[in-house]
Amino acid sequence: MRMTTGDDDLAHAAAAGDSEAFAALLARHYDGLFRLSFRLTGKRDAAEDLTQDICLGLPVKLQSFHGKARFTTWLYRVAVNAAHDRRRRDATRGKAAEGWGEWEINRRAAAADTAKGLDWLQTAMTALPQELRDTAALTMGDELTQAQAAEVLGISEGTVAWRLSEIRKRLRTLREEELSA
Amino acid sequence: MTDPLDDLKAAFDAATRPPDTVKRADTLTRAQEIFDRSQGSAAPVRPRSDRPLFWAGIGQGAGQMFATLTSRPALTATTALVAIGLIALVPILRQGPQVPGLGVEEAEIAVRQQDKAVTGLDAATPEPVIEPMIMADESAPALDNRLRLGITEQRLQPSTSAPAGAARETFAMEADSAVSGLVLEHPAPMPDIAVRPEANTEAFANEDPNPVKVASEEPVSTFSIDVDTASYSVVRSSLMNGYLPPAEAVRVEEMVNYFPYDYPAPTADGAPFRTTVTLLETPWNSGTQLMHVALQGRLPAIEDRPPLNLVFLIDTSGSMDQANKLPLLKQSFRLMLGQLRPDDQVAIVTYAGSAGRVLDATPARERATILAALDRLDAGGSTAGQEGLQQAYATAEGMAEDGDVTRVILATDGDFNVGIHDPEELEAFIAGKRDSGTYLSVLGFGRGNLDDATMQALAQNGNGQAAYIDTLSEAQKVLVDQLTGALFPIANDVKIQVEFNPAEIAEYRLIGYETRALRREDFNNDRVDAGEIGAGHTVTALYEITPVGSPAILNDPLRFAAERGTAGDTDELAFLRLRYKKPGEDASQLIELPITPAMQGNGEESDFAAAIAGFGQLLQGSTYLGDWSYTDAIALAEPAIGADPFGYRREAVTLMRLAESLSQ
Repeated sequence: MRMTTGDDDLAHAAAAGDSEAFAALLARHYDGLFRLSFRLTGKRDAAEDLTQDICLGLPVKLQSFHGKARFTTWLYRVAVNAAHDRRRRDATRGKAAEGWGEWEINRRAAAADTAKGLDWLQTAMTALPQELRDTAALTMGDELTQAQAAEVLGISEGTVAWRLSEIRKRLRTLREEELSA
Repeated sequence: MTDPLDDLKAAFDAATRPPDTVKRADTLTRAQEIFDRSQGSAAPVRPRSDRPLFWAGIGQGAGQMFATLTSRPALTATTALVAIGLIALVPILRQGPQVPGLGVEEAEIAVRQQDKAVTGLDAATPEPVIEPMIMADESAPALDNRLRLGITEQRLQPSTSAPAGAARETFAMEADSAVSGLVLEHPAPMPDIAVRPEANTEAFANEDPNPVKVASEEPVSTFSIDVDTASYSVVRSSLMNGYLPPAEAVRVEEMVNYFPYDYPAPTADGAPFRTTVTLLETPWNSGTQLMHVALQGRLPAIEDRPPLNLVFLIDTSGSMDQANKLPLLKQSFRLMLGQLRPDDQVAIVTYAGSAGRVLDATPARERATILAALDRLDAGGSTAGQEGLQQAYATAEGMAEDGDVTRVILATDGDFNVGIHDPEELEAFIAGKRDSGTYLSVLGFGRGNLDDATMQALAQNGNGQAAYIDTLSEAQKVLVDQLTGALFPIANDVKIQVEFNPAEIAEYRLIGYETRALRREDFNNDRVDAGEIGAGHTVTALYEITPVGSPAILNDPLRFAAERGTAGDTDELAFLRLRYKKPGEDASQLIELPITPAMQGNGEESDFAAAIAGFGQLLQGSTYLGDWSYTDAIALAEPAIGADPFGYRREAVTLMRLAESLSQ
């Protein structure tokens, strides 16, 4: 029965102290969060860490869930903020803040059949500025619609569309460069 | 050719692997433990048919209230508090946003009608605008009243007679969950500190507070001056809304520099500013002294100022459509317009909402034209960010003539989608324009989405000021009273370096300026950018210094370190070096000033600066203040208010009182 309960109801129940609701909510969204984290960071281990950051912070964060936005929208905003926090922390520690830039090493370990695709993805993602990378990470999954991504980023849907066209433009330029190279 | 976005998506899909199952289980378990711990030791809450919907309506406001309530008496009375939330909020939801307070009668009605109210509320209930629950001056009685209300009304709450209805269908009950209990038996856990409300994407730029340095190990301290004031306004806005500001929002130097000080004025010739150093007793530590470094910029006669070209780059995204944003900006703009001279020029470029130049360069004498353009500004629409910034700079360049002062003023609530996406590229662009003579100031409006970090970074790179405007009087201060200072730089790249004499000074600590630290070698490097002083500006920096032999020394001397020799038998405590560039020049000038024990002397100005520095550190939760409290800060600040023609200092004392109440 629980599984059919909507996210928002579960979230409100969890915010009110319902432990089972919290468990159900987390189990339902862990994988999606992980996939988003991967798209945000470009590294599997960083994605695991980021997902953990988000999940462990959630009990406190949930207290500020008021149902103004849909739970998924709210959750993905929490996730994007957590990614930013992490990036900022890494930057102050003098580590490379740009996960996708470090990806080269991991790429070598990846399965051979996907290596070519990964190579291109890696090049493409590192070529994009942070803002566009975030937009890509949010919209390239199946979890969010363009409108929801806009809400998560706190920008208008038009701006998301514009950013996507900007991404398209940059990727096209990239491809032309590859072809002419 | 295929769509690159599809390729990207396919590549993402191929690259994404399922999460590690062990890690997944581990994270889920740990999160659950944290969740359960945060619920206290009580037995797990039984799911009830009514709760989700119930909280969907009530929780919106209650959560906000919990999140911003920091008063300790309120926090301890948890059960009563939840009852308050219930009673206070139900009518607010029904009656609209501006209900200032509730009578007992109203509350009773609310409780009696709750059965209906609960089922009537759904998640789509318009978001209630909850006025700050704790207001200045009336916080204590108001709270008492609510507490009393909560306790007396609690028994009236429908506990076992919760309605069944639509709720039951959407939220399934488990078999054993019909056991009744108080709905509010397990109030939401309330953390001791204020949790930022949801959807708050504010980002603050800050570093950890400067630590105490040992003078013999690190005798040289270097930093850039800072004339930003945004942090003080953010602190004020938080306190006025009834919660203590987050520690990372507090930048002590910006709080201290918010206030005009009456420091000794520079002589007619010589440097454009005068440097004064005094030593005073540290209010919070009898074993140390404060070294007070004061810079007073010259105020050139207003009539002599060069013509001014201002390009306003205004964010018109939908989020600006709030009373404290675009409308406040328009009002501020009108105030400022009255201060401009007829030959000054104004242009307006908008971005994010409606994009483009809405007012070509217009002399300030054509007041009607400018005001009409201003009135046409409208927040909303979803036009994507165009080349707003480039257009603003192009406009500015078209206006500039020799000898003019040209400045772009960016007004935003946090949307920096100005046409350049890469923050570094943006900073580089602004810095490039700075070198060609066009400066950038940033005005922040509204809270919630304010990107303080970006604001500060942009203004720093643009040789401008970052100010946060929350009230019309703040607009008056930033745009009118300081029009001359904020807009006319008299010295650029002002850097301060202090070398302490380890024979006299054992330890020192620079209070604030964390985000302005420079490397020692950058002091003499004229290519390294630093802060600017505007006409008439004052800049204050405070060091807490611990003399050799003081009982307040925190670090023991090293056993194995060689004894450091000191130069001669000088009684100098420290040596101050200061570099600045005159506007338009590339080579810096050096000012040197030995600091001797004779420079003692408390005064109103330095006392007030010390009180504000102490206040800022209290808000940061600094560990260096011992048991020095808000009460002490007030006692120190009050006699030092002085003439205070604009009331800034009196306001600061009021904020200290507020902080005192909120921190208890």
